Amino acid sequence: MVYDAGHFDVIVIGAGHAGVEAANAAVKRGAKTLMLTLNLDMVAFMPCNPSIGGPAKGVVVREMDVLGGLMGKVIDKTNIQMRMLNTGKGPAVRALRAQADKPLYIQEMKYQLEKLEKLTMRQAMVEQLIVEDGVCKGVITETKAAYYAKSVVITTGTFMRGRVIIGDMSYESGPNNQRPSVKLSEHLEELGFQLVRFKTGTPPRVNSRTIDYDKTEIQPGDEVPSSFSYETKTTITDQIPCWLTYTNEKTHQIINDNLGLSAMYSGMIKGTGPRYCPSIEDKIVRFHDKPRHQIFLEPEGRDTEEVYVQGLSTSLPEFVQHEILRSIPGLEKTEIMRPGYAIEYDAVVPTQLWPTLEVKNISGLFTAGQINGTSGYEEAGAQGLMAGINAAAKALEKDTLILDRSQAYIGVLIDDLVTKGTNEPYRLLTSRAEYRLLLRHDNADIRLSDIAYQLELISEERYKNYQAKMMMIAEEKKRLAKATIKPSEDLENLMAEIGGTTLREPTKAAELLKRPEVSYAFIEKIVPAERDLPYDVKEQIEIQYKYQGYIEKSNQQVDRMKKMENKVIPDNIDYDAISGLATEAKQKLKTVRPLSVGQASRISGVNPADVSILLVYIEQGSIAKI
Amino acid sequence: MELDTIAAISTPLGEGAIAIVRLSGDQAISIANKIFNGADLTTVDSHTINYGKIIDPDTEQMVEEVMVSIMRGPRTFTREDVIEINCHGGLASVNRLLELVLQLGARLAEPGEFTKRAFLNGRIDLSQAEAVMDLIRAKTDKAMGVALKQLDGKLSKFIHRLRANLIESVAHVEVNIDYPEYDDVEEMTQGIMLEKIEEVSQEIARLLAMAKQGKILREGISTAIIGRPNVGKSSLMNALVHENKAIVTDVPGTTRDVIEEYVNVRGVPLRLVDTAGIRDTDDIVEKIGVERSRQVLKEADLILLVLNNNEPLSEQDLQLFDLVKDLECIVLINKTDLPNKVDKEQVESLAKDFPIITTSLIEEEGLDQLEEAIAKTFFTGNIESDDLSYVSNVRHIQLLKQSLHSLADARGAIEAGMPMDLVQIDVTRTWQLLGEIIGDTVQDSLIDQLFSQFCLGK
Repeated sequence: MVYDAGHFDVIVIGAGHAGVEAANAAVKRGAKTLMLTLNLDMVAFMPCNPSIGGPAKGVVVREMDVLGGLMGKVIDKTNIQMRMLNTGKGPAVRALRAQADKPLYIQEMKYQLEKLEKLTMRQAMVEQLIVEDGVCKGVITETKAAYYAKSVVITTGTFMRGRVIIGDMSYESGPNNQRPSVKLSEHLEELGFQLVRFKTGTPPRVNSRTIDYDKTEIQPGDEVPSSFSYETKTTITDQIPCWLTYTNEKTHQIINDNLGLSAMYSGMIKGTGPRYCPSIEDKIVRFHDKPRHQIFLEPEGRDTEEVYVQGLSTSLPEFVQHEILRSIPGLEKTEIMRPGYAIEYDAVVPTQLWPTLEVKNISGLFTAGQINGTSGYEEAGAQGLMAGINAAAKALEKDTLILDRSQAYIGVLIDDLVTKGTNEPYRLLTSRAEYRLLLRHDNADIRLSDIAYQLELISEERYKNYQAKMMMIAEEKKRLAKATIKPSEDLENLMAEIGGTTLREPTKAAELLKRPEVSYAFIEKIVPAERDLPYDVKEQIEIQYKYQGYIEKSNQQVDRMKKMENKVIPDNIDYDAISGLATEAKQKLKTVRPLSVGQASRISGVNPADVSILLVYIEQGSIAKI
Repeated sequence: MELDTIAAISTPLGEGAIAIVRLSGDQAISIANKIFNGADLTTVDSHTINYGKIIDPDTEQMVEEVMVSIMRGPRTFTREDVIEINCHGGLASVNRLLELVLQLGARLAEPGEFTKRAFLNGRIDLSQAEAVMDLIRAKTDKAMGVALKQLDGKLSKFIHRLRANLIESVAHVEVNIDYPEYDDVEEMTQGIMLEKIEEVSQEIARLLAMAKQGKILREGISTAIIGRPNVGKSSLMNALVHENKAIVTDVPGTTRDVIEEYVNVRGVPLRLVDTAGIRDTDDIVEKIGVERSRQVLKEADLILLVLNNNEPLSEQDLQLFDLVKDLECIVLINKTDLPNKVDKEQVESLAKDFPIITTSLIEEEGLDQLEEAIAKTFFTGNIESDDLSYVSNVRHIQLLKQSLHSLADARGAIEAGMPMDLVQIDVTRTWQLLGEIIGDTVQDSLIDQLFSQFCLGK
């Protein structure tokens, strides 16, 4: 017998990376929130690699942090190593990556959530949604508890009809042998959801004791570690290194000899896997002329001997996994603690969602994370955060938030998903962003702080700090624009040191800073500021001057994009009534139901003529009456 | 709403004695004024027609004599400021005009865009909306049909090859960014990128040069016959016309008296022009001065310099040789039926690389050799005639030019020491611009390239 177990503003199903951010964001916006999870010991569990960040993804973590998200703060506290990547390249592609202490990350994340006053956390398996007349009103668990809410966010990751495959053996399971969620998947199909079958995989974990590190190369963290969160004040300095080794011909021979036993090649696996995360057998087959592949050995934490063997994701049988590992230098005597496996799961075709992540056909229902066809903790977290913000908005009748492609990687991610859909588990790449130069690690706060403050996602104090920083930047730029540097013998010597050409005429400091060889530190030596400025202020000034031309060019492109983005398509538009549209375009538009002409133009199959026609149709403002 | 100024040729191409280039938008008048030598268009009354000359602001050369209609909004077709430049109907001149206004900031109008603007600005009745949309559809489809036809074959393959070349480098940079620790992918260096940029720039420049020839094939090689009095210029003209059955004769322009004779010489259409009275005037230099003559001659694609076999070279002949020294020229020694008095060695040294043909036009001798030389001049190298006709449309030429600019920006960025991920922005832009020529701008193909070219993943 179903019983009434309580009423909330927002219910979040799942407590993975999407779930925790959704719950936290909803609470921040003032929503009384319930978070249901299968296992409270697995809050924000990392079932795959023990790392967070990297190109594009690291920037997402920063963006989440500005929007009040938890991932950045928690990993800052629980990492075993921090590394800034792409430091030799331009500022747009610098990216921070942390190695995580997995058990500690779980503990810290759970603790952060437990402290939230408006959040109820409960262990439960949701089997059904309560949907009446296309409106979601709550959920029912397997213990027959009915919870009611104005908004529900589903963040079930890879649990829906999850199936683990190792060689020719397979069983129904969520990641890491947790219970799969079968009934919910069936229920979503009944509700008319279009589901798709995806696949991903993970490598074996081995015991550190059994690794001979002398045969591997050390991969240390940065000497001066950075942080993801703008609020983090102290960093962890006793870092733990990763290690690098390689596969060889022997490894490849073993894999080739056993290819028939791989679930990937025997036809056991029906789901589509991601190209950017191929199994080792995939790599050997597709790039057979490569003599070796990199294998990174990554500790899973400080107080554990378990090591993640990055590069060796596989669905080969367990006995072959032993052989493969033992063919690799440093791993000859290695002992597997957990074998690698592939996992298949149901995902929601994301074009069924609005850009708020609300389901188009069911009001008040949101989906976020891996269930939407993505892959990666950061992609999941970002969607959770946005779904949480918008689910709370729906419940409390507050402003919703949609980020555009020029504001954040989060905007790129969600726009790609809901506009184009995806044929494989979607991963963010810097190349997916048209305005990469604007979406930098260093300026996430400048891009998003005003929004975060308006939506009450960050504290008054934090916003004041941000404003103070902006003031410092503005003042220092004003000073540099005025300060004149005159040619002198001293200056000539200094310029020679940095390999620059001599100054012929008195020049403004701001102009000199635009030269590629001149850094802010150099300028500072010649015309010192009244007081020493914080590092991030200096960095910002340098970037803004150095790449001014490119930034302006990008901004012009953004202006053009926004023109189309601002042309709103009325909700009740009848595409069938627009005679000029091509049939394919009509179909696509009816499925995606874009909110703006800009979004419409990004749908594949909608060509420029269709966009023109749509524009004409909308501009004259009399929908379906022509 | 849309603030940019659009331009297009609004008369059917190649089907009339007059052609009109139309501009609409805020900048229409100021753009036209920049190339118009006549009344100040920014101050003349609306709805007037103004006579003047179109001057290329870069070279200060005259392009055309034209009539410019100026119509200020909102009493216009589009309700915006509209300029219509009426010019002589030759394709070359009208294309040149269009290119000029595009260079100065106008954007090439999309199919049906003038009508669309008229509609959006409330000029056309609501009930006509459907017709407008049909028009856009029809025009786009037609334009695409034409474009596809043009793309059938070599140009398409050529563009695909250039793009493949660029995307490989772009993917290389991307992989360096997204997978910084993968050691099997070398870091893209400035040297490699520069090399690639140079290579593709040269190919595009070559394509643009071919485009020019493509235009020539369709519109004729403008050919000027020059020489002292009584060397046989008229006979040469008549012989060419007589021998090769004129395609078009006597097309009188509306604003000036231009005589053009089209003849087809072994597949090469010659347009024998008389732009500045070169043919009729016995002594061009004396008439219009050395500098002006040089200017006039530069407008011709080919010059036929006629000498008299029966007389020694005169001061005038030497002057003419000097005038044509940087141009495409064929030297004729005519009147071989009369005793030889010209110093052939001197002619050879003056002619340098120009072919020298000896003729007796009266006896109809040497014409074959002349025609062969003409054909050879324009089919040098391995360029086959069917290669040339492709890149003929202004849109393609614009895109190719923009591609070149974009590559130049990339080169500039490398020289300024910008990081590779910024250099790559312009390279990607080039790849997109080239894609617009063949109708492929899908961003996803970059990601496809990434994963097929490199072995990535954890």
